[in-house]
Amino acid sequence: MAVITVTINDELVSGREGQSLLELVREQGIDLPTLCHLDGLEERGGCRLCMVEMAPGNRLAAACVTPAQEGMVIYTHSERLVKYRRMILELLFAERNHVCAVCVMNGRCELQYEAYTIGMDHVRYDYLTPDLPMDASHDRFVIDHNRCILCTRCVRVCDSVEGAHTWDVMGRGVNCRVITDLNQPWGTSQSCTSCGKCVQVCPTGALHAKGSTVAEMVKRHDFLQWILDGRENHQWTMRNGEPMESGR
Amino acid sequence: MTTLSSKADTKKSESLKKPAGGKKGQSSSQKVRLATAWLGGCSGCHMSFLDLDERLIDLAEAVELVYSPIADVKTFPENVDVTLVEGAVANVDHLELAEQIRERSKIVVSFGDCAVTGNVTSLRNKLPVDDLLTKVYHEGPGAVPRGGEIDKVVPALIPRVLPLHQVITVDAFIPGCPPDPERIWAAVSSLLAGEPVVLADKMRKFG
Repeated sequence: MAVITVTINDELVSGREGQSLLELVREQGIDLPTLCHLDGLEERGGCRLCMVEMAPGNRLAAACVTPAQEGMVIYTHSERLVKYRRMILELLFAERNHVCAVCVMNGRCELQYEAYTIGMDHVRYDYLTPDLPMDASHDRFVIDHNRCILCTRCVRVCDSVEGAHTWDVMGRGVNCRVITDLNQPWGTSQSCTSCGKCVQVCPTGALHAKGSTVAEMVKRHDFLQWILDGRENHQWTMRNGEPMESGR
Repeated sequence: MTTLSSKADTKKSESLKKPAGGKKGQSSSQKVRLATAWLGGCSGCHMSFLDLDERLIDLAEAVELVYSPIADVKTFPENVDVTLVEGAVANVDHLELAEQIRERSKIVVSFGDCAVTGNVTSLRNKLPVDDLLTKVYHEGPGAVPRGGEIDKVVPALIPRVLPLHQVITVDAFIPGCPPDPERIWAAVSSLLAGEPVVLADKMRKFG
């Protein structure tokens, strides 16, 4: 694989042709925030938190879906990018009912983490406070649309790792929802294998185990790499030996 | 509807330690005039404030508490230096008090998640007020008979619960449900030193 040279924040770094800008940036130890990205899943480029500026012209591109190329000049934390990232997070908080104080993922939520890390101490937009349902018809799991940020990790893991494709997306804009099968109660889904992968990869409290209450839900993303290592490399060992909690 | 309230982002950095003498209606005390107010919240933020424990003694040296749910003061006084406001704006009394607080305070701080985001208080926003009152009081067990007249005792609810900064200009934010004493102390000691409130990452966590 050809070696390429990219300039990140005015420093020359070496990368491999074909790798994503996100991967390259993180290899340099630079912390680029993400919500829809999860190691082991195909990229979506939906949350836009990993946007970088590309010279000349300071064009914006989502690093996760932009291949690194020879001679690229990018900036990861310009004033403009930080401003946009904060706006994105505020809009996510304004769109649904992310009431951290009464959420099962309080303290371990990736949305909550990204918000305080970026410096968000209040939301400047009007809250939409939509009237959204919860579906607790499944034996073991609950979907709470109030907490969903439409990252589609659940859709992707169900399709590409479990192979069931129970989850999908319907509607547009503020009416967009993740759905099970043909938009029917999760408990009546015929395709769902109840494997729980969707719950484990969900970054917020949208998908959680039934019976968990405030701040009780712990999710493990490491299982995904474990499955993929086994499937692709026939290695059945935990990478770091320790179970990993979500919330980077 | 408002979009961006950029006013809320302008931090006041004027020093609070200047002599207070010479102002009309103010005592000769050199202490910072501190107020705390309680709007639509559970008082948990005030409980957490009391959990400052021995730091309250240092605080008492530096401030004069001129208005608070823990002090018997009936009206919000003039010439307040710093006001911590707990709770969201949920009824007409809150609206009136919030306006008074803004007029009479140099620095207004949204104190805790309800003031900052609406939080639990705003969970009722998905229901129209009439439906809410019907559900809670008229359909429930031991139903209260509904009179057509406006209640003169309990202040009327406003249509939507609002975070404080959507009602008045707010100078600083202390998130948390409740904010733990450490972040309250970090914010209050910055304010007493006349510096803008800049909380560390984890001290900005909601919830």
